[in-house]
Amino acid sequence: MALLNVENLSMVFGGLVAVDGVSFRAEEGKITSVIGPNGAGKTTLFNCITGFYRPTSGKIICRTHGRDFDLTGMAGHHIVRQAGIARTFQNIRLFPAMTVYENMLVAEHGRISALATLNPKRYAHEVAKSRALARSWLERMDLFPYANSRADALPYGIQRRVEIARALCTSPTLLCLDEPAAGLNHTESEGLAKLLLRITKEFNVSILLIEHDMQVVMNISDHIVVLDYGRRIAEGTASEVSMNPDVIKAYLGEDAHAA
Amino acid sequence: MNRMLRELGLTAMIAAVVIVPMFGLHLDSENGFLEISTNWFQALTFLAAALALRATVLLSHKFPRPKIKHQAFRVFVDNPEWSVWAGRVMIVIAIALPFLPFVDRRLLDVATLILTYVAMGWGLSIMVGMVGLLDLGYAAFYAIGAYAFSLLAVDYGWSFWAALPVVIAVCCLGALIVGGPILRLRGDYFAIVTLGFAEIVRLTLINWQSLTHGPDGVTGIPRPSVFGMATFNMGEEGLPQFSDWLGIGHDPMQRLIFMYLLLLGFALLVMLLIGWLRRSTFGLAFEAIREDEIAAQAMGINRPVMKLFAYVMAAIIAGIAGAFFAARQGFVSPESFNPMESFIILSIVVLGGMGSRLGVVIAAMVLIGLPELFREFAQYRMLAFGLALVLIMIWRPQGLLAHRRPTQTLTVDKD
Repeated sequence: MALLNVENLSMVFGGLVAVDGVSFRAEEGKITSVIGPNGAGKTTLFNCITGFYRPTSGKIICRTHGRDFDLTGMAGHHIVRQAGIARTFQNIRLFPAMTVYENMLVAEHGRISALATLNPKRYAHEVAKSRALARSWLERMDLFPYANSRADALPYGIQRRVEIARALCTSPTLLCLDEPAAGLNHTESEGLAKLLLRITKEFNVSILLIEHDMQVVMNISDHIVVLDYGRRIAEGTASEVSMNPDVIKAYLGEDAHAA
Repeated sequence: MNRMLRELGLTAMIAAVVIVPMFGLHLDSENGFLEISTNWFQALTFLAAALALRATVLLSHKFPRPKIKHQAFRVFVDNPEWSVWAGRVMIVIAIALPFLPFVDRRLLDVATLILTYVAMGWGLSIMVGMVGLLDLGYAAFYAIGAYAFSLLAVDYGWSFWAALPVVIAVCCLGALIVGGPILRLRGDYFAIVTLGFAEIVRLTLINWQSLTHGPDGVTGIPRPSVFGMATFNMGEEGLPQFSDWLGIGHDPMQRLIFMYLLLLGFALLVMLLIGWLRRSTFGLAFEAIREDEIAAQAMGINRPVMKLFAYVMAAIIAGIAGAFFAARQGFVSPESFNPMESFIILSIVVLGGMGSRLGVVIAAMVLIGLPELFREFAQYRMLAFGLALVLIMIWRPQGLLAHRRPTQTLTVDKD
């Protein structure tokens, strides 16, 4: 069984079918990308996986540390803490008035159980552990110099990195990134692509990626899922997907092939 | 010049609406009849003063502002070192206060009242400052605490210290029952529901005569004993009078000093609690919820439970403050807990600067202390209150001391 198994997932808002019977898998240690034109249902899919929406039908099973979790009925915070799925957002959602270091430490709260706070020795131990973890992610993500500055005072590109680092502080097995390259310039998105490869290879965190920047997607993805109007229209490696006539049609329109 | 005349005309109109009924018309009762007499001189004086003030403000816009002084002050106020030291000095003064020679009954009484509001301001700052939920009905728990103690003491003869755990339990239970459903609401909706809750509590106190004694309130509430060892209540059986117990002369000040020190102890406990909360993982979770609820959930924070936790804690602090208030006054009535009470506590938190412990103290002194000390000018109290709010909102919209100090900093030289 793969790390993440999405089976026949549908999400309906009133009369609008945002996600329509989508199935795919994300393997451990790989970068899986979800692409598709605007409004294809990519972010809705993400919100279902990370517990912000309760899917209308279908199943999402996550195998973390040898245990299977059914994400469809799980509370959002349990998905992060137990199933180990962390996410970032399309429009950066940092905690603006807090420093970068404090942003990282919010993960601490999820890790330390309420009971542990009653035991001062264990609490101190847990806190020290989380701080060391936060510190090491800051170092690995080259964010150490910004540790004590307010999150909203940083340039956009760095805020993106802070958001990824913050998600990594929850020690996830799967990291879901919603358009991490949006708003970055060419050099920055190349840097991001390298960073994502490092995260999977070096730090052993699998990635599920939504991205519009095809340069990034095609270069680093192990597996690509293409959505259009809420349905999966293609799936495969970068070269397979880019040759698929349905994909080309979805992106460029009906007559593009003939032209 | 034309613009200025227009502005002044507008000012005169607005000022007249307020000033004429307030100062121009007086209600006299002669021989059992009510008569309205006019005092145009007084009204015109105030009108002229208002116009002069507006003209000065308008003229001052034409000249560059003296920035330097303002800026220097800002640096001074926002300096965290300064506020730490000011806080320590204040604690020392607060402990020494009842033993200072110039302190009389009245001042001590006002100081005790201020301490009640400081503790409640800190309690509410958990909700408003840390979690970022606007609670407009905080006085509800103040009332519940006060009544829980009063009724147990008067109708069932419980002592203060025996009733205190029950007060805490009642507030905790109340917050859980109310908070469960309403904490799902966001922003304005939450604020409105809390306002309604406070009104429900007040109306219940007025109308549930058999339990609460209705609009007449509860009288003859006993004073707290000295931790079950001595008493200030005349004719109480079993316990020695405080003055006999210590073998010193009887002085009514002793009771006031004891009450003051009790409140001070309570306020200091709340202060330590808030400080600990802010630095703990709970503080991080609260602030994360305030900053961005969605992102907080994505970081593994259980939003409903954390909000409920904050709400219960704030409620318990208000409840205990209410019990102390009842014990200090010896009398409570539903009118002590009208909506104005909630707004005053909220004003203290907002004016003090969200999340600033020292700011809350200063704001409480200004908003509670000044009106109490200047009771002679009772009819102008609300005017002064309004003026203070307006001035602070113009001068420091973020609150008196609103500098957010990071609770955690990463030190680089640790390697």
